[in-house]
Amino acid sequence: MSENAPDIASLARHLEALRPSLLRLAQLQLRNAAWAEDAVSETLLAALQGAQRYRGTAQLKTWVVGILKHKVLDQLRHHTREPTLADAGDDDADELETLLYRRDGHFQEMPEPWTDPCGELQREQFFAVLEACMEQLPARQGRVFLMREWLEIDSATICQELGIASTNLWILLHRARLRLRECLQQNWFGDHTS
Amino acid sequence: MKIPNSCRDISGLLLAREDRSLSLGERLAVRVHILTCRACHRFEKQTLVLRGALRQWREHQREEGDPR
Repeated sequence: MSENAPDIASLARHLEALRPSLLRLAQLQLRNAAWAEDAVSETLLAALQGAQRYRGTAQLKTWVVGILKHKVLDQLRHHTREPTLADAGDDDADELETLLYRRDGHFQEMPEPWTDPCGELQREQFFAVLEACMEQLPARQGRVFLMREWLEIDSATICQELGIASTNLWILLHRARLRLRECLQQNWFGDHTS
Repeated sequence: MKIPNSCRDISGLLLAREDRSLSLGERLAVRVHILTCRACHRFEKQTLVLRGALRQWREHQREEGDPR
């Protein structure tokens, strides 16, 4: 027992060091500071309680992020009935579509060729831009988009979890993807003519 | 049902493809359109670049060492 104590203490330190990146992910997904705090606290607590199932620091983040995904989903479920989650407002998608397409349905401008942004030298920078663009999505769009792309939940399950119709989900995801594309074009691909 | 054939329709399907499987008719409409439309061909390439980038971002969140 006593020989385990230093391990727990060092695990606690390592976990604490992960807190900022966990909080950033939770906030990105939940779009609510209080829910994100709760999810992260529950994650760190669960990690400490499950310490004996965990061996070695190499995979610490993988393991903890796995726990975080469950805790974040719990928060989403718990708050599903709240109007903030189901609120339809906050959208100017029509503007975006007018910006992108002519009346006859053609593109206003020729889409630019994009090259893989994840090369060794630039990926950190690109991820920062990507996260900033995801943060700028309207909250509802951001949540469902992150559920797809970060939590990797299939669309039918998202509809169940959030209690929304699939047509609503398609619309939200469509807008999120259009918006994200536009944001990345402006802030990454437009500048990086590599 | 209206056959999707404008760039707006086709790019919409290319985005939808990330979240649901397209019907046979939709897949055909996309393929036929893209044969002759450079803009939608580019748009499709963009969706694939973004798909790959999001995958890498996801993996990065799991594997990245303690920040700073």
